[in-house]
Amino acid sequence: MQAVIVEHIVKKYQVEKSEVIALKDVSFEVAKGELFGVVGPDGSGKTSLFRVLTTLLFADSGAAKIDGYDVVKDYKIIRKKLGYMPGRFSLYQDLSVEENLTFFATIFNTTIEENYDLIKEIYQQIEPFKKRRAGMLSGGMKQKLALCCALIHKPSVLILDEPTTGVDAVSRKEFWEMLQRFKRQDITILVSTPYMDEASMCDRVALLQNGQILAIDKPANINQQFSHPLWAVQASNMYELLKKLKDWQAVYSCYSFGEFYHVVMKLDATGGKEIQAYLSEQGFQNVEVKQIAANIEDSFMALMNTTHD
Amino acid sequence: MSVLKYLLQKEFRQIFRDPSILKIIFVMPALQLIVIPLAADYEVRNINIAIADHDHSVYTQQMVQKIKSSGYFKLVNYTSTFQEAVTSIEADQADIVLEIPAKFELQIVREDHASIFIAVNAVNGMKANLGAVYLQNIIQNYNNQIRTKWVQFPAIPPQTNINVSVSNWFNPMMSYKYFMVPAVLATLLSLLGTFLTALNIVREKEIGTIEQINVTPIKKYHFILGKLIPFWVLGLVVLTIGFLIMRFGYQIHPVGNMLIVYLFASIYLLSILGLGLLISTYADTQQQAMLISFFLLMIFIMLGGLFTPIDSMPSWVQKLTCLNPVSYFIDVVRMVVLKGSGLADIKNHIFVIIGFAVFLNSWAVWNYKKTN
Repeated sequence: MQAVIVEHIVKKYQVEKSEVIALKDVSFEVAKGELFGVVGPDGSGKTSLFRVLTTLLFADSGAAKIDGYDVVKDYKIIRKKLGYMPGRFSLYQDLSVEENLTFFATIFNTTIEENYDLIKEIYQQIEPFKKRRAGMLSGGMKQKLALCCALIHKPSVLILDEPTTGVDAVSRKEFWEMLQRFKRQDITILVSTPYMDEASMCDRVALLQNGQILAIDKPANINQQFSHPLWAVQASNMYELLKKLKDWQAVYSCYSFGEFYHVVMKLDATGGKEIQAYLSEQGFQNVEVKQIAANIEDSFMALMNTTHD
Repeated sequence: MSVLKYLLQKEFRQIFRDPSILKIIFVMPALQLIVIPLAADYEVRNINIAIADHDHSVYTQQMVQKIKSSGYFKLVNYTSTFQEAVTSIEADQADIVLEIPAKFELQIVREDHASIFIAVNAVNGMKANLGAVYLQNIIQNYNNQIRTKWVQFPAIPPQTNINVSVSNWFNPMMSYKYFMVPAVLATLLSLLGTFLTALNIVREKEIGTIEQINVTPIKKYHFILGKLIPFWVLGLVVLTIGFLIMRFGYQIHPVGNMLIVYLFASIYLLSILGLGLLISTYADTQQQAMLISFFLLMIFIMLGGLFTPIDSMPSWVQKLTCLNPVSYFIDVVRMVVLKGSGLADIKNHIFVIIGFAVFLNSWAVWNYKKTN
């Protein structure tokens, strides 16, 4: 049985008389024990989607099921099975680490001891600070505490809304490793993130933009869909380079990526040498061109462009 | 049951962990109760008077002495022209001007009749009004004094004198403290109850914890009870502190049974906490909750009979005050403390306030359910 089923969810908001459509007919399924990523820029509808799934928000139309239970009708059962970690740190800042955890254990009618195995690895990292108030913790520790609180009742589905936003690179890596471990415990995980590089850590990803799903697949498959040749280009005058590349007819799209520009060419024939020649002709120095394989971010940019056209 | 117990434990822990909240809950009401009744006094003293005396006679001197020694007036300007006296009103030095015409003494002795002129600065209406009345009284008094000296009374007085003697029931000395202190206490309790509940719940909304709680299987009534019970207990503690200040600080010995006040207060607190809860279901930020509570309580207090008696308000306002829970509490506290009313006397008040408690809480719970 699929752990999460989302069928044709539509959600509209009324913002100052005009209607904003946050989710346009979103459908997907997540298998049990899968690590499913929802990737999209800010405002793409990730949080709205998760709020519908966590029974906090009613969808205008469509249905969603978690472990076979409807999010509207059976919300009481779902709330027992669900672990939710909102994007914003939302535990009691004036209670200590231990008190927060006990509190959430108690309202789920369980105890810390009962499910200690599940959270042990994370909790041990914050245990030295268990008497400290949650508000006094560092960002990474807050996140670990929030994860402990979301897991304390051994949920079957864990929903994490942008868990790594505002967390340093090392902690982010650690965090994703932890998620991999929960997967082994048969916990279905839905995670949203604005960072494309994290998408490759998921089993499957859904690319979400303007409330629409652009693609759902394994990260590797999504990259394979990328059909145009992709080049990384660098030169001494980067600002001029971007303008020139965008004006060049052979270029399909061009955007900055680290210290390079990723250039998507229209014609398969255009090779590295031709780009180099063209740019040297335009008076650029130290031109460096190399062909690269598309990563998830390139794929996302490409998908975004196709929907815009 | 253990969930509720833990919710209460958590709530109390949070309250006692925040020293500024603790101070606000316990010290502020006590301080206010000590300060406000001392300041909010109906008696107007220190009225600044300017006298324009065109007569400079023995009589005017006697009259001025009498005014000065009354204790209500402070002579700030004693001049011989009206213009100068009015200037001191314009400069905001004087509140009232008394003009004594030339030949005042002569007229009163010869013609048995004299006029004087009082001009009042009505910017501060209450002070002006009372000041003029006090001044008239003093002059009337003085007038009687000199008339007995000069006028030969006929054997049968030309007009019958009705002697009025007044006795003040329930507050024989007409001490404003007796009716101000209990009412201020009632007001403070209302403020505290509404604000604490409204702000506490909205704070959970603001920091997002309510969202985290909403995805748990916790029952709504558990959550709401977990919020109401701590503030209900704190409210009764504050009430007790207030009564101690009233008894030992102001030496007000309540005539009635204080248990009746506690009984009423425990129901009243439910209604006022319900109001806070209701506000919290509509407000999204603490700022909104603060402003809504502030404006509502402002109306409740102004129209609650704390400063101005409800009976002297226009009839449509009097009807509106029936919807004001604060007015019932002020009424009950005054009735029990001053008059010694029993349960039978405040029966209607109790029914009405139970109505408020049920109505406000149901509305709040209904709206809370709807939005979440």
